Amino acid sequence: MENLISIAVNSVFVGNILLAYFLGMCSFLAISKNMTTAFGLGIAVIFVLTLTTPVNWAVYHFLLAPGALAWAGLPSMNLSFLKLVLFIATIAALVQVVEMIIDRYSPALYAALGVFLPLITVNCAILGASLFMVERNYTFSESVVYGIGSGVGWALAIISMAAIQSKLRYADVPEGLQGFAINMITTGLMAIGFMLFAGISL
Amino acid sequence: MNGTTARPWAAIRKTKSYKEIVKALWLSNPISKQILGICSALAVTVQLKNAIVMSVALTFVVAFSSMIISALRTIIPRNIRIIVEVAIIATLVIIADETLKAFLYDVSKQLSVFVGLIITNCIVLGRAEGYALSNPPFRSFMDGIANGIGYSSVLIGVAFIRELLGAGKIFGYQVVPEAFYAAGYEDMGLMLLAPGAFIVIGLFVWLEHSLLKEK
Repeated sequence: MENLISIAVNSVFVGNILLAYFLGMCSFLAISKNMTTAFGLGIAVIFVLTLTTPVNWAVYHFLLAPGALAWAGLPSMNLSFLKLVLFIATIAALVQVVEMIIDRYSPALYAALGVFLPLITVNCAILGASLFMVERNYTFSESVVYGIGSGVGWALAIISMAAIQSKLRYADVPEGLQGFAINMITTGLMAIGFMLFAGISL
Repeated sequence: MNGTTARPWAAIRKTKSYKEIVKALWLSNPISKQILGICSALAVTVQLKNAIVMSVALTFVVAFSSMIISALRTIIPRNIRIIVEVAIIATLVIIADETLKAFLYDVSKQLSVFVGLIITNCIVLGRAEGYALSNPPFRSFMDGIANGIGYSSVLIGVAFIRELLGAGKIFGYQVVPEAFYAAGYEDMGLMLLAPGAFIVIGLFVWLEHSLLKEK
């Protein structure tokens, strides 16, 4: 249990998937201009990460890992090199489902996110979380916690960024620094802030 | 491109390939202008060596995926093209990843998941969608190379600054002399941490904006 709590705290703050591992930058920079859409995308990412990380855990441990196909009578099979392709396929399928659900139950959110929902498929954060889950040898329950934690961390980062940007509009930023440059520096300062949580020990 | 002319350089400058390369390298350099390819790239910029290996891997993937997709562009059905593109890109990434594991195991360990994440790198899919689908294979290949190099230049630039300021080293060799440390100079630990990369990129873009404006 202690282990799970520390994975949760680590994935939300210190090891934030966006601020410490740079994953999911594209959508982070593109969507963070507007609070409502940032919030919507943040929730969508939490949802997708919570689903895909455990599903990919199952895919990896029952199909791909060395010896995983023992149940099918192929104990010496090692398909782990296929994980990239299969993870992407799982993610694409799940995003499609999430898209249809949002379209059905929240047309307003669907309209707001527009073209960006399919982009979740190629959001590095989603694939990155699954690959980290394999690399760090998480168990099933750890992968669930890690999926939720990474999603919450990403959402927290994009929502804070949207909030900062809405204040930044009133700031007098030097001309060459406007737009992309100041966003990167702001993100850097946010990353410093999140790293302070490294002091938490459980 | 045109060997018969007296001044081959001038002739080369007129070709479409040259113009595309200049466009990709300077006018719309991926990392700062197109914002797209920035994912995951920064994580490997702590050391120059890793950044170079990553750059080579990405250039390989983007060049060959563009070429293959361009060669197949007439037979890929329009509505499933994204899946086909991702499958081609993923295959190339697996080749790059397995090659690194076989020949550069240490670097491959340090790059960890980030080689695999080339699949979701927006540059690769962006070039496939934006260029390869409507241009012939050779030009798509060159476009891929040029975009790969444009991206690499930024990545290597960031890695150079981070390794130099953060560890006082270049390619793992100490370049800041001992005398400096004795005189009170200290490495900037922040550069080795994630925030360093964000800030360096921000300053890079600022510099680039200022240079482009003067032109």
